[in-house]
Amino acid sequence: MGWPLKTRREGVARVFLGGPLKVAAGSEGELEIEAKNIRELLTQLGDAHPALKPMIEKGVAVSIDGQIYRDAWYQPIPPGSEVFILMPMAGG
Amino acid sequence: MTASSENALKERQFKIVGTRPLRPDGIDKVTGRARFGADMTAPGMLIGKVLRSPHAHARIRGIDASKALALAGVKAVVTHADFSKVGADLDDVSCNVMARDKALYDGHAVAAVAAVSGAVAAKALRLIDVSYEILPHVTDVEAAMGADAPVLHEDMFTSGIRPKPDRASNVVHRHEFGHGDVAQGFEQADVVVERHFTTAATHQGYIEPHACLGSVGPDGQGELWCCTQGHFYVRNACAAMLGMDLSHLRVTASEIGGGFGGKTTVFIEPVALALSRKAGRPVKVVMSREEVFRASGPTSSTAMTVKIGATRDGRITAAEAELKFQGGAFAGSPVDLGAMTAFACYDLKNVKTVAYDVVANRPKQAAYRAPGAPMAAFAVEGVMDELAGKIGMDPIALRLKNAAEAGTQSSYGPKFGPIGFVETLVAAREHAHYSAPLGPHQGRGVASGFWFNFGGQTCVSLNLHADGSVALAVGTPDIGGSRASMGQMAAEELGIDYDKIHTIIADTSSLGYNDISEGSRVTFSTGLATIQAARDAITKLCGRAAQFWGIPEDAVVWEDGHARPAGANAGDFEPLSLAEIAATAAKTGGPIAGHCEISAEGAGVSFATHIVDAEVDPETGRAQILRYTVVQDAGKAIHPSYVEGQYQGGAVQGIGWALNEEYIYGDDGRLQNPSFLDYRIPVASDLPMIDTVIVEVPNPGHPYGVRGVGETSIVPPLAAVANAVSAAAGVRLTELPLSPPRVLEAIDGMAAEDEA
Repeated sequence: MGWPLKTRREGVARVFLGGPLKVAAGSEGELEIEAKNIRELLTQLGDAHPALKPMIEKGVAVSIDGQIYRDAWYQPIPPGSEVFILMPMAGG
Repeated sequence: MTASSENALKERQFKIVGTRPLRPDGIDKVTGRARFGADMTAPGMLIGKVLRSPHAHARIRGIDASKALALAGVKAVVTHADFSKVGADLDDVSCNVMARDKALYDGHAVAAVAAVSGAVAAKALRLIDVSYEILPHVTDVEAAMGADAPVLHEDMFTSGIRPKPDRASNVVHRHEFGHGDVAQGFEQADVVVERHFTTAATHQGYIEPHACLGSVGPDGQGELWCCTQGHFYVRNACAAMLGMDLSHLRVTASEIGGGFGGKTTVFIEPVALALSRKAGRPVKVVMSREEVFRASGPTSSTAMTVKIGATRDGRITAAEAELKFQGGAFAGSPVDLGAMTAFACYDLKNVKTVAYDVVANRPKQAAYRAPGAPMAAFAVEGVMDELAGKIGMDPIALRLKNAAEAGTQSSYGPKFGPIGFVETLVAAREHAHYSAPLGPHQGRGVASGFWFNFGGQTCVSLNLHADGSVALAVGTPDIGGSRASMGQMAAEELGIDYDKIHTIIADTSSLGYNDISEGSRVTFSTGLATIQAARDAITKLCGRAAQFWGIPEDAVVWEDGHARPAGANAGDFEPLSLAEIAATAAKTGGPIAGHCEISAEGAGVSFATHIVDAEVDPETGRAQILRYTVVQDAGKAIHPSYVEGQYQGGAVQGIGWALNEEYIYGDDGRLQNPSFLDYRIPVASDLPMIDTVIVEVPNPGHPYGVRGVGETSIVPPLAAVANAVSAAAGVRLTELPLSPPRVLEAIDGMAAEDEA
């Protein structure tokens, strides 16, 4: 589940949705989510916002405290960390 | 990263990393012994050729290949019907490989022939009768967005806008990025600059055309040799399009004559395999240069508006950009990456970028170094230059005042870790180039740029031979010197000479999956995997030494290429070298190898600042680059010569993009200049020596501090060159390329304004 920011709790991650994810989620750009790792976080996000599910399945990048992960389901999310969900990225 | 660990990385002394050994592929390449994509042959081989649409947009009513098949020497003809249905992730790629119900651009493949010779195949192509219904077309990005534009895909409805549109359009999506309140930010500004910019589509310009040799036997087992940046991706894509098991297709990457992102997808490879399967013989397909231009992937053409506001003392209060990129006939232009990188150099409270992905009747774009970022930087850094002029501030000082640092919230969201942008600006400001005098009609431009750099799936095997030499097998094609840098990192870890390591690019059946050599990921990811594979081998070497000495494994350490007792308590034994342990491997447990299979994470972003001097001939409008300096953060340069080569190559490609290169379409939607005679890339005589400065701010995500270097170097040059030429011409230039007629027109226009 994602909670709107006004109910902020200690020890949970602050999750920000980037670009189109924010629009798909109904412009709710900032959430608090308690998840041990990226997989749990994405599952909860998809459950709370079904419109995000296809985007998550297509692939997203996740930044935890500034470090971007592209394919790391089991990367731990420390309590209180700042998480950004970003569009998939590729280079040349 | 703690300050102490950062310092430890900065102060670490290396023996081999940071040196400049000879490149392992050098002799092969200068003697012609290196085998590129078109150099492979096989017994009984046929030649494949592709029939391409002469129309920019046309419905395909029917394809009659009976006359071609009746021609002596023709062994197979394929159309879209010969390919399997694929998943959504490959559907556009497959449709680009072979058109289905519509040809979507001039050059779109509609059928292919395999015959006993190129001449017979070419004759057969002329005998294939394709019935076209010609449709209206559009090639310009802003025209394609118009309400009355011909629609390419009847099922394309713009996403990212509410309410959901009820009419199909060529706009794939509208995406918005940023934070803060730009309207409020602009209210706080003393000076606001807003400009509209355009850039032309350009090609990566790799010298080696796409080439491959495919063979599928009657047992369904296939082999493919091709020039590619990612043979594992090629295997997966081809297997899906042919309905094959992954294990039934083995792909080997040839030497590559340039890729720059353009060889990260498939064009002719599935066609060669489909022809071979049908003909029962190996089939070679080699694109002509004209086909490369018409039907492989150039980058997007763009239209952009950028607005930046600042206080009189140079603090940016708001920044906003609207980016429109056409990506050819299919969704997927790099506009989002342009939007995310546009303002990434700066610490901004209020920033907003809006990105429109647009389709048009042009070839499907492919990645080109730092996809999307150079165009966005061209617009943003052009406005930054003008802003500096308006407030009377040195352009580097303006950038320093607003530069992103560790802890800054980036314009695309996350906060930065340790980064080296300020260091590049300071090094540029202190470089002799920046204060050198300029002559008449000469101007100096500065611009900065950012790129993410990536990691990804990576797999490495390191095999120790009985004589102490080492075979290092990696799965990322060497597109920029990675065999040398991998050898250096393995030698550094193992403590042996660089010459003892031989690095190869293994085929897809010899290693686990490796992501494509893209995203500046190879020195980082494959380097990380190489270091870990070497450490795995060292653990095994120490185990053999422990066995030999009869002491616990943890009482053995590895130093300077030798196993040694960890301390006095471990016993007094003569150190054993790698060669000594490897020589007895057969009797001590068998071959010794190190392995690493990872999804590499922890890539470090990078920044660059470029300085350019240009001279403009006021009579002709021709711009000449007089001096060029690249300053870029590499994190840690493993092989500095290759790093410098990446810096220089990015600058040169950027100079071409800025000054001359462009896809020119006629009113009929056909490409007018598909050759290197009419599409002009810079040659050595056009250029000065490109000077380089390697800044090293370590990336904490890599054991040696490596950041990617292959892409950031092409981000600033479009803007840096345009700023220099604008300064030399005395008029702000906002449309690329800055070809002589365009520059002359701007000079004449300014003169006419002055007279009026």
